[in-house]
Formats: sequence, structure tokens, C-alpha cells
Amino acid sequence: MTMTRPELSPVKVTRWTRTSKFGTPGVLLVFVIMFALPFMTALSNIRPVTDLLVFIILGSMWNLMAGYGGMESVGQQAYIGLGAYGLVVLADQVGVNIFLAVPLAGLIAGVIAFLISFLAFRLTGGYFAIGTWVIAEVVKLIITQFPSLGLGSGISLYAMSAFERDLRIAVSYWIALGVTLVALLICVLLVRSGFGLGLTAVRDDPTAAATSGVDVSRAKRLVFVISGIGTGMAGAIIAISTLTVQPDSLFSVQWSVLMIFMVVIGGVGTLEGPIIGAIIFWGLREALADYGSLYLILLGIIAIAFALFFRGGVWGLIQRRRRFSVFPTGYATSFGRST
Amino acid sequence: MLGGLYAIFAAGLSLIFGVMKIVSLSYGAFAVLAAFLALHFTQATGWPPVLALLVVVPVMAAFGWALQRFVLQRTLGTSALPSILVTFGIAIIIENVLLITESADQKRMSLGWIDTAALDLGLIRLGVYPLGLFVLSLVLLGILAWVMAKTQFGRAVRAISEDAPTVELLGIRPKMIYAWAGAIALALAAIGGVASGIQTSFSPTSGGMLLIFAFEAVIIGGIGSLWGTFLGALVLGVAQTVGANYFPSQGILIGHIVFLIFLAFMPQGLSGKVKRS
Repeated sequence: MTMTRPELSPVKVTRWTRTSKFGTPGVLLVFVIMFALPFMTALSNIRPVTDLLVFIILGSMWNLMAGYGGMESVGQQAYIGLGAYGLVVLADQVGVNIFLAVPLAGLIAGVIAFLISFLAFRLTGGYFAIGTWVIAEVVKLIITQFPSLGLGSGISLYAMSAFERDLRIAVSYWIALGVTLVALLICVLLVRSGFGLGLTAVRDDPTAAATSGVDVSRAKRLVFVISGIGTGMAGAIIAISTLTVQPDSLFSVQWSVLMIFMVVIGGVGTLEGPIIGAIIFWGLREALADYGSLYLILLGIIAIAFALFFRGGVWGLIQRRRRFSVFPTGYATSFGRST
Repeated sequence: MLGGLYAIFAAGLSLIFGVMKIVSLSYGAFAVLAAFLALHFTQATGWPPVLALLVVVPVMAAFGWALQRFVLQRTLGTSALPSILVTFGIAIIIENVLLITESADQKRMSLGWIDTAALDLGLIRLGVYPLGLFVLSLVLLGILAWVMAKTQFGRAVRAISEDAPTVELLGIRPKMIYAWAGAIALALAAIGGVASGIQTSFSPTSGGMLLIFAFEAVIIGGIGSLWGTFLGALVLGVAQTVGANYFPSQGILIGHIVFLIFLAFMPQGLSGKVKRS
């Protein structure tokens, strides 16, 4: 993209840095390798990787909303639950194809997120955080009213029994991989676009952004809904991989804990941060799974330490030494004809 | 009559949220921690839970002072995320430490005969304990409102939440004032936690619900107003009790819905002190 003015020497704007020129194809290569993973390793190793992908989706979606949109929600479990229930209803009770049911379940969560935004946006900052938590509780309490949804004990997913066990694990993994790819792509494109710039401005100073012509509430609502859709699809994947929906675990505030900790440990407001955070979080979980509560205590301590001393997270620590980016979202301008 | 309980509990949150303008997600967890401390104290000494307050409240207040002074003070700034994260982290730590040391069972404290005693007023029967809580909440809120409105300390707290650097110029140390306000808030959380531990059962994970109820009371009443919080707590308590009469076991949902109705149609709350967009 080159912009020229008659008097000045031409200004060249580059979006791709030296690192992102290698980083982005590198990420794509990783996805290609990951696609072939079920053929290369035992299926028992695939389930944990599916979990990792779900973490990456959840982290990226929360980051998009909080890190770029400035909305720190503690109620994202509402959309996990809606997505999971939506999937079971669509696949089992309506009879929609499972591959189509995942995006549709996400869409249901998105529609509800759109409606919820009108209530939740009356609150800002910390009030918004707890307000979304209350709304998530309400969604849970309403869903558990329906006998067809299994009341408080949840329901099982039968649609996946069409696949035999090995294929089922692989299919849920591929769905997770596909959704992760799309989610990351949307994040990159959104942040890279002019809209993303406006959004960051809204996060940093809503009043100044509004003065500069950004439609603040529309921008926030759009990210809130996108985040709801992505989180809903993650919920649908959880339902597919666990074959059951259980209201108390799906609507647990622990999901929000997970998202917040992942994003903050990785680096809030960066695209790479949530991915790093998800990998760290997942690694800790795999290593400390036997310790249960102890692992959550440790995680809480790490998250507090990061919030107090390293606001930028792990990715911020990496960038402190050297400007480094995997995705082409920044701007670099140079005058003259060089570069 | 749940209102009295929520009012005590929400008063501390109203102070933190409304007056100090800090987001605390660990408030409910601290109340539960206080309830467990009181439980162990009564089990160890055989004293009634009310006397346990004499020990638990100062302990929690000291804790609140240190927490505000050394941890939460660092998170204050333009963004709400650090304080959300730190207090959420603290809540998770408390919850899981309690899960390890206390197991996930429901616990309850007893005041003996007062638990079930009731005053017969002809038309209605009032439980002595809920009535006592109601009076206690009035007294506590009255004291708190008086302190905030009339004393040097209260003025300082309110001034700091408006403009800390200017207050510092006037020779007041904002960090110390806020630390004491944090102590008051956790002392109220402790009283609320112990009171709720006598009224209903509690477990390590019940902090989240307590936080949500207190938050609802604060919003219904209107952020920044202590008496508004009292009214909000009454509204929430009545909504839950009446709701449970008509829709058994749905009292909490009805409470939430009343909260959402207030949020939708009366976002400035009952006191209408703060206008929000």
C-alpha cells in the first residue's frame, strides 16, 4: 500500500515486518502439520490437543473482547453453555448435520450475545464484569428450567455415535482445528482492519475515540457478538468432545477464570498472547492435573504476579527485548524510496 | 427478611465499589473465609458465633488493611483489568485453599434457640434472628453512612476517589486512608459472612453467589449511595422471598430478574445518585 502526495517524498506503509513474514506462514504450516496429526500419533494424544485448541479459541475470543474492546467480561461461560446446548439441540433434536451444527450453535450464542449486550452495556469496567456474571447465572437458571434440556442434570449428545470411536475423536479434533483457524483468522483480519484501529482507540479512551468518529457502542457490540459466537463454537466443540452437556460445569465461572488467566499470562491486547497463554495454561494443567485444587491455587498466584509486575504478560516480556510479531497487524512507515 | 443479611453484606461492597471505586471480585470469598474462621473458633472454644465475631472481624480487618495497602493499591489505575484480575485470583486462591482444608461439604453455624425463635405479631410471625439482623444492618449502615458523610476520614475517602493527587497535596496520605477503608470493607464482609453462615449453610464455593447478591443490591440501590444499597438489599431480599413463595426453588432466579429489570429500566438505581450511560 503506497500513498503519495505531490510535494512530499512518497510515504510507504508496510504492514509486514521481517518477523511476521516468517511468522504467519509458520503458523499456517503448523496448522497443516496439525491437520495430519491424527494420522501420525496415537488417538489418546489427540484429546488433550483438542482441549488446547478450545483454550486457544476461548483465550483469543476473550482477548478480542477485553484486550481490544476493553470489556472485561466474567460471564463468557454463558456462551459456552449456549453453544453446547445449542449444538445438542440442533444435532439431536432438530437433526442438523454435526459439521453445520457447530457454526449454527455459535450463531445462536451470537444472537443471544447481541440481545444481552443491550443490558450489559449499561455497565462499564468492573460493574460490567460482575453484571455479565449475573447474566450468565440467569442464562443457566433459565436453561435448566426446560425438561427437554434435562433440567439441572444436563443431556447427552447422541449425534456423534454415527462415528466409530477413533473417528469420533479425530472428527472432534478436526472441527476444533477448523474453528481455531477461522477464529484466529478473524482476529487477525479484524485487528488489522481500520475497524480494529477504531476499536483499540475505544479501549484506550472511549470519549476521544467517539470524538474522532468511531461509533463506540456499535464497535463494542460487534466485538462482543463476535466473541460470543466464537465462545459459543468453543462450547459446541466441548459438547462434541465430551458427548454430554452438564449445566453446572458448562456455566461455571471457572471458564472465565481460565480465559482471563490465559490471556493475562500470555499478554493482553496482543494476538500472540492468548495462544502463548493457552499453551502455558494447558501445559500446567497436563503437568499438575493430579493435584486438583493446588493447580488452581498456583495459577491464581501466577496470574496475580503477572497482573502486579508484568502487565504485558509473557509476550510482553519477549517483546521487551525486540520488536517481534507473528501476525502482520502493525504499521511501519518510512519516507523515501528505500525499503 | 433476607434483606437485612444482604444489607450488611452489601454495605462493604458498596463502600468498595461506590465510594472507593475499586472492583473487588474477592469480596464473597472473604466472607466465606470469615464464616469458616468463625466456625472453627466456635468449635474450638465452644463460644457462640456472635462472640467469634470479636476475633474474626479484627482479623479480617487487619487482612483487608494489608491487602489494600500492599496489593490492591498497586492495581489502581485507568484500566479495571488489573484489579479484576488480582481480586479474582485472590478469590480463586481462597476458594481452593478452603476446598483443600475444609472439603466441599455444606457447613452451618447455630445460635441455639434463637435460630428458630419467632415473635408472634398476630398477623405475621417474625423470626428473632432475621429481625436482629435487620436492626443490626440498620445500625451498621447508619454508622457507616455517618462516618462517610461527617468525619474527616469519610471526607478523605470520598475526596480520594475523586482526585487522589490533589488530596495528597493537601497533606493526606491516600494510601493509608484507602487501607483503612479496605479494612472497614472486609470487616463488614466478615460480619456478613458469619451472619449468612448462621442463616443458611455455606461451603467453600458459595462466595460467588454472595458476591453476586451484594452486587445486585448495590446496583439496584444505586452506585455510590449507602442508603440506596440498604433499599436495594431489601428489594432483592423481598424479591427472592416472595419469588420463592410463588415459584418454589426459583427465588434466586426471580431475584436476578428483578435486578435485570432495574438494570434495564432504572440503571441509575433507587437513589439515582450516579448517572450512567
